[in-house]
Amino acid sequence: MPATFSHHFDTPLYNEKATIQTGLFINGVFVDGLNHSTIDVINPSTGKTITQVSEGTAKDVDRAVEAARNAFNTSWGLKVPGATRGQFLYKLATLMEESLDEIAAIESLDNGTAFGVVKGWVVPFSIGLIRYYAGWADKISGQVIETDEGRLTYTRHEPIGVVGQIIPWNAPLLMFAMKIAPALAAGNTIVIKPSELTPLSALRVCSLVQEAGFPPGVLNVVVGYGNTVGSAISSHMDIDKIAFTGSTLTGRKVMEAASKSNLKNITLELGGKSPNIIFNDADVDQAVNWACHGIFFAQGQICFAGSRIYVQSGIYDEFLAKFTARSKMHKIGDPFGADSYQGPQISSTQTERVMGYIKSGVDQGAKVHLGGQRHGEQNGNFITPTIFTNTTPDMKIVQEEIFGPVSVVIKFEDQQDVIQQANDTIYGLAAAVFTQNITQAFEVGHALKAGTVWVNCYNEVSAAVPFGGFKQSGIGREYGSYALEHYVNVKAMHINIGHKME
Amino acid sequence: MSSTVKIPVPTLNKEISVSTGLFINNEFVPSVDSAEVIQCFNPATEQVIASVVAGSSKDIDVAVAAARLAFKTTWGKNVTGWERSRLMNKLADLIERDKQELAELETLNNGKPVAVARDFDIGDSIQCLRYYAGWADKITGQTIEVDNKSKMAFTRHEPIGVCGQIIPWNYPINMWAWKVAPALAVGCTIVMKPSEITPLTALKLSELVVEAGFPPGVINTVPSLGSVGGAALAAHNDVDKIAFTGSTITGRKIMEAAAKSNLKKVSLELGGKSPQLIFESADLQQAAAWAALGICYNTGQDCTAGSRIYVQDSVYDKFIDVLVSTVKETVIGDGFDNNTGGGPLISKAQFDRVWGYIDAGKAEGAKVVLGGERRNTKGYFVDPTIFTDVDSSMKIVKEEIFGPVLSIGRFKTEEEAVALANNTTYGLGAGLHSTDASQCMRVSGLLEAGTVWVNQYNILSNNVPFGGKKQSGIGRELGSYALEEYTSVKAVHWNIGEKLQWPLSF
Repeated sequence: MPATFSHHFDTPLYNEKATIQTGLFINGVFVDGLNHSTIDVINPSTGKTITQVSEGTAKDVDRAVEAARNAFNTSWGLKVPGATRGQFLYKLATLMEESLDEIAAIESLDNGTAFGVVKGWVVPFSIGLIRYYAGWADKISGQVIETDEGRLTYTRHEPIGVVGQIIPWNAPLLMFAMKIAPALAAGNTIVIKPSELTPLSALRVCSLVQEAGFPPGVLNVVVGYGNTVGSAISSHMDIDKIAFTGSTLTGRKVMEAASKSNLKNITLELGGKSPNIIFNDADVDQAVNWACHGIFFAQGQICFAGSRIYVQSGIYDEFLAKFTARSKMHKIGDPFGADSYQGPQISSTQTERVMGYIKSGVDQGAKVHLGGQRHGEQNGNFITPTIFTNTTPDMKIVQEEIFGPVSVVIKFEDQQDVIQQANDTIYGLAAAVFTQNITQAFEVGHALKAGTVWVNCYNEVSAAVPFGGFKQSGIGREYGSYALEHYVNVKAMHINIGHKME
Repeated sequence: MSSTVKIPVPTLNKEISVSTGLFINNEFVPSVDSAEVIQCFNPATEQVIASVVAGSSKDIDVAVAAARLAFKTTWGKNVTGWERSRLMNKLADLIERDKQELAELETLNNGKPVAVARDFDIGDSIQCLRYYAGWADKITGQTIEVDNKSKMAFTRHEPIGVCGQIIPWNYPINMWAWKVAPALAVGCTIVMKPSEITPLTALKLSELVVEAGFPPGVINTVPSLGSVGGAALAAHNDVDKIAFTGSTITGRKIMEAAAKSNLKKVSLELGGKSPQLIFESADLQQAAAWAALGICYNTGQDCTAGSRIYVQDSVYDKFIDVLVSTVKETVIGDGFDNNTGGGPLISKAQFDRVWGYIDAGKAEGAKVVLGGERRNTKGYFVDPTIFTDVDSSMKIVKEEIFGPVLSIGRFKTEEEAVALANNTTYGLGAGLHSTDASQCMRVSGLLEAGTVWVNQYNILSNNVPFGGKKQSGIGRELGSYALEEYTSVKAVHWNIGEKLQWPLSF
């Protein structure tokens, strides 16, 4: 250690070689963790180890923070113009584009999402995110506020400083890009902890960060466990801000650590139990397709998964039949299989967790309308697309985030009632409305307590459109110009020109 | 189709080909009804470099039709901001690739030093395109709360449509970039009329537009006489907006034509007679350097040329000394000579005009402390000329000369300085030099100019707006502000729940 990991892919969809550095990325170079220990990175499709990577610990966070602070004071932050920061980000995006297939293959191997999806959408979208924020880097402006001619009053939108970022395993590269891009564009330096389950694509991109010429210390990647590295970042006295995406449970711990250490600024993207509401006048065939996409995409491991599907009684039977038939069409299997749609859940722990929820549904009296079982090997990580019906609002499968390919389909009658049911959750990340009546779309959409509302679609995200949670789904927004607000510190300057103090 | 011409470029020691037709719908074509050509001169040698097709008003019609079709089908709302961004970045990359060639072509036709053309004019143009490429996917309207129960109100920032753009000869490539970049970012299509004196680089850039992958008709380039093509664009009933940079006198005609035709939107960047104020606390060495830049850069052919300087009495003699010795170092010469700081004036007409002013200055009694002597060589070279002992009634103090001719006056108090500075119908730029912070604040607040430089002059930035007050112009270029010039705001009131009774009851 540190070493490189090379893998020769031999699959129907990709058969080139990929190479990754396996050290921590601190101060512009790959280094071994100070503890000289390693983490096994497991292939979720097979349960076998792909490679070891260096394990970071709290002491590595310290040296990463030191490198980031140094870079912020000398070679980044306000020491370089925004246009220069933008140029570095554009360069990184171009380099990622040149290695697109290789990055997609690494990601798919590590995370289990189908290669076609990763190559066709996840990686291009991540590159697009970086380009989008590259364009913002020289456009961060404050205001001059007219008060009176005796003073000049203005604001500066300064970078916060060293930011800590903790990202999950469900869409590793996308999470990485959406965190680093706005932070770097605004002039911050970064210590980021990818999930210990899926560090590989981030490490691959670090080589490109080197190649793009970013000054050392601007971006640091410390792979490690939540309760060591994650905790060290959350409570670090010299990290000025933390951004976390993950479970609500862990989000509370991050916020608590921030409050107990140095009151660092926090943003959180947490869980969801997003309702997908389908009215009688919806285009049912379209609603079926979007509903499938909403809950089965990426194995249901999406924070805004449309896991509660409310269907108005007039179309309930038709919808359920078509939704069931459509769900059966998903090919489950190896992510590099020729027409795989659904891959494995990320780990055996997560698989057991999802199976536990399925069991609780059965135990609490819900009906398994489709699926509800493992697919293939009984100790593998593949789960069949699952549909529950005949639920009651208090059931665990209706209240709690499952994070797997498990949906509940609930019949409703009345618009006011479904709005109330949809909002009856501690979460508020996303929601959807399917109707051809635009007034109903506005009324229901505006009444839903969610940070993103989709009308006649699902899962649509865009680099330019803000995203984030109401209630316990999070604090702050990502994407769009809104993300930048969370990476700047506003300073107001009052310059006295002519007022004398008696 | 039409032809290309081979132009030898000295430093690269090769020939580059330039298409000489009109660039419409991604092709170079002859005029539909005219055999007129425009001769392009090298102002250092007074020789013809090449001739290009001179567009007629019918050619403008063809170009506008092409731009309109593109706006309706492949551009405007039919293309995403991300795609516009991608294409603009690609164009910037291509200009960067070809910057040496473009610089030499620019120097041949305009006279400015090659290094300046390449590193400043073209360097800034590349950054300008990239800056606006970054805006293309960030055009946002607002949602506005009226009444949540009954209305959904929002604005859409739509592209205006087909834009006529008329640019001058002093910074051909840079002015091209300033114009096309914000228009493209927002989704407008363009009919560009480059100056008839310097059309060559605009035609060469048009080749790169094709190579970058822009759909046909998005950018069209029609070299033409101002009184023909420029007038046709300004009066065209299917052009939605006209943007013009040039003299105030022509700006008036453009605005009049717009008013008389279809009330098209107008933005104007016109002349200036920009003052610099040298206060007693100023670092005189630095102030002299900035003053020299202000009047000698681009051989004074700059709309924000700092052509009037007012010096506080207490430092007057000292400053004049420092200024004269600083400006004396300026080398006016051939743009391909590495020692040259500034090239010739652009044309015989401008040469005669500037000499007319110098002669007028002498005749009206101003004192020449530097220059004022004609050269006896080929080329439109004018050496920096400084007048002192001027007063506000003199032509050289009131009128824009557009050459390296500086008038220097004096003042006692700050109030007097500001009054002298603002005593003009222009309002483009102004500079002040002082180390008294409160004075800097006060005076920058009082100067009537669209750009005020404090302890600096003539340095612009792509993300900071630029434009004139008073008769120096309408609207702003650069920065986010330029986007507004190419955006048309539509407000949408979407009724959700309001039922109307008619007749109304009161």
